[in-house]
Amino acid sequence: MLSFDFEYYKPASIDEAVQLFQSLDRQGKNPSYISGGTELITLGRVNKIVTGAVIDIKAIPECLVLEKQGTQLVFGAAQSLTVVREKQFFPLLSKAIVEIADHTARNKITLGGNICANIIYREAVLPLLLTDSTLAVAGLNGLIQYPINDIFQQTLQLDRGEFLVQVITHKQETELPFVCLKKRRQWDVGYPLLTAAALNKNGQIKLAISGLCSFPFRDKRMEYSLNNRSLSMKARIEEAVSRIPAPVLNDVHGSAEYRVFVLENTLQEILAEWEGAGDA
Amino acid sequence: MSQSIGKSIYRKEALEKVTGKAKYTDDYPAAGTLHVKLAVSPYAHARIIAIDTSKAGEVPGVRAILLGQPFPLTGEEIKDRPPLAFERVRYHGEPVAAVVADTPHQAKRAAELIAVTYEPLPVINSPREALQPDAVLIHENLETYEKIEHVYPEAKTNIADRTKIRKGNMEQGWTESDVTLEASFSLSPSDHIAMETRCVTAEIRPDGFVVFSSSTQSPYMIMELMSRYFQLEKGKIIVNTPFVGGGYGGKVAVQLELIAYLATLAVGGRPVKLLNTREEDMITSPVHIGLDADIKLGATQEGKLKVAQITYLFDTGAYSDKGVTISRAAAITCTGPYQLENIWCDSLCVYTNHPYATAYRGFSHAELLFVFERAMDMLAKKLNIDPLELRRINAFLPGATTPTQIRLNESTVGNLPQCIDRLKQLMNWKEGQVTQVNGRKIRVKGVSCIWKTSTIDTEASSGVVLTFNVDGSVNILSGIVEIGTGTKTILAQLLAEKLKMDIKKIHVKMEVDTQTTPKHWKTVASRGTLMAGRALLKAADDAVVQLKDTASRVLMCSPDDLEVANDMIYVRDEPDTFIHVKDVCHGYKYPSGHSIGGQVIGRGNYILRHLTHIDHETGAGRPGPEYTVGAQGVEVEFDTKEFTYKVLKAFAVIDIGKVLNKKAAEGQVMGAMSMGLNFGSSETFVVSDDGIILNPRLRTYVPFRYGDHPEYLVHFLETPHIDGPFGARGVGEHGLIGMPAALANSLSIASGVELTMLPLTPESIWKETGGG
Amino acid sequence: MHNHTSAEITLNINNEDRTVYVRNADTLLYALREKLGLTGAKPGCLNGDCGACTIIVDGDPMKSCLMLAVEAQGKSIITVEGLQNTAIQTEFIDKFAFQCGYCTPGFIMNCHALMTKYPDADDSVIKDWLESNICRCTGYQEIEAAIKAALAAAKGEPG
Repeated sequence: MLSFDFEYYKPASIDEAVQLFQSLDRQGKNPSYISGGTELITLGRVNKIVTGAVIDIKAIPECLVLEKQGTQLVFGAAQSLTVVREKQFFPLLSKAIVEIADHTARNKITLGGNICANIIYREAVLPLLLTDSTLAVAGLNGLIQYPINDIFQQTLQLDRGEFLVQVITHKQETELPFVCLKKRRQWDVGYPLLTAAALNKNGQIKLAISGLCSFPFRDKRMEYSLNNRSLSMKARIEEAVSRIPAPVLNDVHGSAEYRVFVLENTLQEILAEWEGAGDA
Repeated sequence: MSQSIGKSIYRKEALEKVTGKAKYTDDYPAAGTLHVKLAVSPYAHARIIAIDTSKAGEVPGVRAILLGQPFPLTGEEIKDRPPLAFERVRYHGEPVAAVVADTPHQAKRAAELIAVTYEPLPVINSPREALQPDAVLIHENLETYEKIEHVYPEAKTNIADRTKIRKGNMEQGWTESDVTLEASFSLSPSDHIAMETRCVTAEIRPDGFVVFSSSTQSPYMIMELMSRYFQLEKGKIIVNTPFVGGGYGGKVAVQLELIAYLATLAVGGRPVKLLNTREEDMITSPVHIGLDADIKLGATQEGKLKVAQITYLFDTGAYSDKGVTISRAAAITCTGPYQLENIWCDSLCVYTNHPYATAYRGFSHAELLFVFERAMDMLAKKLNIDPLELRRINAFLPGATTPTQIRLNESTVGNLPQCIDRLKQLMNWKEGQVTQVNGRKIRVKGVSCIWKTSTIDTEASSGVVLTFNVDGSVNILSGIVEIGTGTKTILAQLLAEKLKMDIKKIHVKMEVDTQTTPKHWKTVASRGTLMAGRALLKAADDAVVQLKDTASRVLMCSPDDLEVANDMIYVRDEPDTFIHVKDVCHGYKYPSGHSIGGQVIGRGNYILRHLTHIDHETGAGRPGPEYTVGAQGVEVEFDTKEFTYKVLKAFAVIDIGKVLNKKAAEGQVMGAMSMGLNFGSSETFVVSDDGIILNPRLRTYVPFRYGDHPEYLVHFLETPHIDGPFGARGVGEHGLIGMPAALANSLSIASGVELTMLPLTPESIWKETGGG
Repeated sequence: MHNHTSAEITLNINNEDRTVYVRNADTLLYALREKLGLTGAKPGCLNGDCGACTIIVDGDPMKSCLMLAVEAQGKSIITVEGLQNTAIQTEFIDKFAFQCGYCTPGFIMNCHALMTKYPDADDSVIKDWLESNICRCTGYQEIEAAIKAALAAAKGEPG
């Protein structure tokens, strides 16, 4: 139940959507783009999102693309997590997706919606950070592509009136060996204590984590520590843990100390996947 | 051969429920109904300095805004709670104001605009804190509150009630003991999370009748309490209760009805509806009680229990409503199901700044058994005796006396040793409690015994009316609420058996309307089958007398010569001389046109026999009828590195007297076990130091979902409860009550640490093993 | 004053076109229950967490509390009122897969969509789909028996 009212638009083109935003913004309606729209409802009902106009991007063809284009995979931002997963273009992305919310909710939540979410986990971002994917963003200057590792800093850094149209990933990156582990407080559904995704590229481990801090991240210094084979496995993990880039969350799912304990175990699992149990 | 008893008869309302046609309170059309929305406290304890409703009042469609008043104060035993907070809020989520508006979203918008100025007060976050000498008083004028006779609030403290059990001679008990065991335990409040959130509609008719429709387990209690609190004429209160989407005790409390009544009063009696959001249902409405406890046991070297000293500190939250009754029930069954001659127990109902408590499936037993059965396992370890053997040595047997000094017999207590033996077989106990799976995983078994009686009002009664239709079919009218337990289908089975008729010709009215449905005290405490069942059998007898009376005149014989079966009334030794039930159940018409008889209406009622209040100084008395006993277990797979686990199997062997409907009984037990495992493993409110509930929604409060569930293995014993219909005992709650203890016992073995707190999340086990 | 925050829309529900006046801010669940009298979908959390409001939209289970009514225009909506004598309904009764019945329509819609889309669903697919709904009365074992029997029945195997 939303207690505020809003206008609802469903533009058929990128250009129309961008222009609509500008004009509604000028009218002071504080417009919002939606694709899946689930957060509009769940955060709107507690007034954490309030808007006077909603622009639904689900009818924009570019936002619905889901195909292999040469060496690239293109994912429309308005495709549901379920559809993206079922396509199985990108196994690590599928694995990250299947742990988000629940199956029925994933029929509604979209890839773009998860990447741009207010909810801090945004786990669909992890595989994209690891594969150095590209994001196509629409705005007044047209459709522009940005490397995700530039434009995603804690959250997707969009200017007012911009929206995410597509995710583009190099096919060869999606074929690399991976591990994706979601650890919860208890049982098999719900928010993570942490989700760790790792990719092995030519023996170098790339690591991205959600749920540990208040935003998902890929940290090069942590990766460096994990890959520093001059140290023991235990020391590599300890050093990586010492380089967590922001305060560790302390919330209803778990304490900060416990999250670190879980992270250590998770990193061991990741290293063990590629290097055997080692000395940790 | 049995007509119906024991068979897995489908629920009478099955088709309605699988087609979405079954109607719950919020499903009835609301045209013309105004909507109520609450504004609730963001503080756990604060003074209300000011409330500004001016902006709220400007929202289109708003018809009234209600604020707290000094009176009436409400509460089942102690009147300590204003329906809307007055001058002070005592828990996070407490209703502070109510808006009445044309539509739900208008009411919500206005409620969001009510500006309340608070001055925070110190917060009490546990019963132990509440008992500190310098603790702030949550109810400063506790001694001035009106109360019933048998409750004993202690002035200038946070103690709402204290129940004492004094049995035997403690000194002697300690002297006879070779070994003692001391431990402390705690569990924090949690919630029922029935899938249907509480909902009520109310209106005042021009003729003065106050009409409610409520998702409640206690429609007749609403009549009683509304009358008590607002001086309304009882006969002019009508409560309708359609299907209820799960109760588990949570819908026993009368809360929203009070606000809905005030709301309809404020708008000239127009119909109003109040539907809880999930968040409100979890914290604004009452919750599952928390507990801090200390226990000390004494036993001989051979494992014979000699003495138990127990302190239960129940966390009733901000108000005492059912918390006092729950803490009393815990005293009454304060030990596990064991023979103990020397018992000292103080069970306190303690105010804190948590959401207030109400009944929860098991009514304190899962909580007290967690304490006692954990202590039993610890004692077994200390004595180096097998934990099930220790329980068998001490098992409560017919002839022994309860903590309230009542001597039980085979009928009133059943056969616990046999439950234990059966459990041993089921769990393959002889293979040992621990099995190594691989380098880091182990499989571990844990057990708990259970017992429970139902400490209910001594005057609790149940009535049933049977009306015959012209086709010979029968309608059952009973005040039992169909909350999911299937009791109304059980009633139909009892009647089919009694009248030897096809159950398809027995119709059960599912909805309760207190004006036309005979009263059933409350649909709680696993009492439906006993009380309504007995009333039904009596009503059937009454109907049979009427059928035979008319038939005897048609068949020209004595009624004593007649039998009723298979839709016929026939002469016992000449079955070919008969008349169809349908030809007499609305009177018999002779060929001449003369008629006799009339519609057959069977009446029956039942009131529990010989129940007493307990003695304030010793606890002696008979507070409940029969006990149900059983033995339960779990098998978990535990990761010794990460402290995570999966419950692989859950076992229950329960002596239920008589299985009336096999699948329905198994379903009751499995569902209860699921709830108990949830509450043992995961469910809890996460409370900040300020008393704020941090997880009042289903994303952060995590119940089992499909696939989290273990394999359930449920077995029944049938030692008849002679008083029960066909020998049946209550079974609605019992599957739950041993689960937290059994889980904690298995995980204590698995982790190598004596676990003392619920819920048992991997993090809590990690912490208790010294992590962090 | 005319505003653009509400609208008359047409929804195709159970193969009938239904025209209804809604706020843009109204969820599909609200429109179904309060505007169209289809109360089979239940409010349980209004937050997408419990699944009691699950319906089928264009063949997929959807939480109707997570969808705006205006978003459902042009889609084919099936509610529990649109199901009759389906294998899953029969098996829910036979396996005692419900007690209070409140979560039942949501579970049945989810199961029905699953059976249609994945008649060969294995345990992991069943788990993935069904963990979207919460049942508080049963131990889920009964629901497991019901979905497996319904899948078997649909394939002509003995349940």
